[in-house]
Amino acid sequence: MAKITFVTFDGARIEANAENGSTVMENAIRNAVPGIDAECGGACACATCHVYVDEEWTSVVGEPEAMEEDMLDFAYDVRPSSRLSCQIRVSDDLDGLVVHVPERQA
Amino acid sequence: MSEIIKTDVVIIGAGPVGLFAVFELGLYDLKCHLIDILDRPGGQCAELYPEKPIYDIPAWPIISGHDLTEKLMEQIKPFSPQFHFNRMVTKLERQADGSFHVETDEAEVFEAKVVVIAAGGGSFQPKRPPVPGIEAYEGKSVFYSVRRMEEFRNEDVLIVGGGDSALDWALNLQPIARSLTVVHRRAEFRAAPDSVKKMFELVESGSVRFELGQVSGLKGENGQLSHATIKGSEGEVEIPATRLLPFFGLTMKLGPIADWGLNLNENLIPVNVETFETSEPGIFAIGDINWYPGKLKLILSGFHEAALMTQAAKRIVNPGERVVFQYTTSSTSLQKKLGVS
Repeated sequence: MAKITFVTFDGARIEANAENGSTVMENAIRNAVPGIDAECGGACACATCHVYVDEEWTSVVGEPEAMEEDMLDFAYDVRPSSRLSCQIRVSDDLDGLVVHVPERQA
Repeated sequence: MSEIIKTDVVIIGAGPVGLFAVFELGLYDLKCHLIDILDRPGGQCAELYPEKPIYDIPAWPIISGHDLTEKLMEQIKPFSPQFHFNRMVTKLERQADGSFHVETDEAEVFEAKVVVIAAGGGSFQPKRPPVPGIEAYEGKSVFYSVRRMEEFRNEDVLIVGGGDSALDWALNLQPIARSLTVVHRRAEFRAAPDSVKKMFELVESGSVRFELGQVSGLKGENGQLSHATIKGSEGEVEIPATRLLPFFGLTMKLGPIADWGLNLNENLIPVNVETFETSEPGIFAIGDINWYPGKLKLILSGFHEAALMTQAAKRIVNPGERVVFQYTTSSTSLQKKLGVS
């Protein structure tokens, strides 16, 4: 289990208790986090579950793999901390993770 | 105006559910024309996840979006559906005799007794990059596709993106442009290796300029672009640009469906669960675009909806005719239609 905090574009904080093995995107959808569309349902095929990983967490979460990096080309306002939340797998190491939702997805 | 295409059914959307609707309608002798904004059948299966496996299609433990589309195309072949790709339906109106007048952005006109909206998440449209004020230049100096290459002759062309569209157009437009710049946020490209190689050869020879970064600002007057600012890790640089082509893939938008007088519920179309008819008699909605209590956005739900919709559509197209329910396993008349008997 890990507690994940989603910070929406207008600054609201939404906390989610995430099960190990689930993806950060799934927890966003389950908790109705506004601004995460996840159009393709987690196939790493649409870049609409884009988040910015909080700078304190970037090294723990790690870098995107090649396929995700390719999809990030299609995301809106990509920054060095950008990740697709469907590609971040929850584990105990991520307990306390904070991610920020961009202004919009597309 | 072009000649009016008369048909029983116009299906808006050629994704899996629109394709399977051709099969169900075909068993009842209803002829279909399908209109889709993409250049090929399959909808999201073709655009979003052609290579990704789907695990919840009955009797297919695993199948890719591409293969599912191929199988559906094979299944509906006996019914000779007519496809109209790269088109968006812009107008849908009921005529005095109750039939429907359907128009596309390519000025085709259809007359149909029934319209089936199987438009999924809406129509795929190009993503607009996060550049302040870009809207003011769209259609004059900012384009999301190349329809006429001549519009780029002797222009300072700026192409943004790292996929095949970006590189293909960089290579095609470079010979006729006054200058050509490619901007991408990283040095790796998600494109055919041969195109990447060719582009970097042109960069070497000075024919193409490559900037690492993102477009952060535009300058110009009355929709006519003159310069663009590129923000990279080393700061900002301003370059001449009179044409901008952003290639950031596609996103789904409801589009003109919102203007057709249908009741909508958060961009979804509520339907009667017996007939899958919308608030407008004769207009049906099936697949991801519809809504009813308990709705699940699954391909298999859309297949089921197509079968039930057909029963109601048949009664509209051939009023007074008895609708006989039959099985493909035993009915020789259905087997004849399928070309197997």
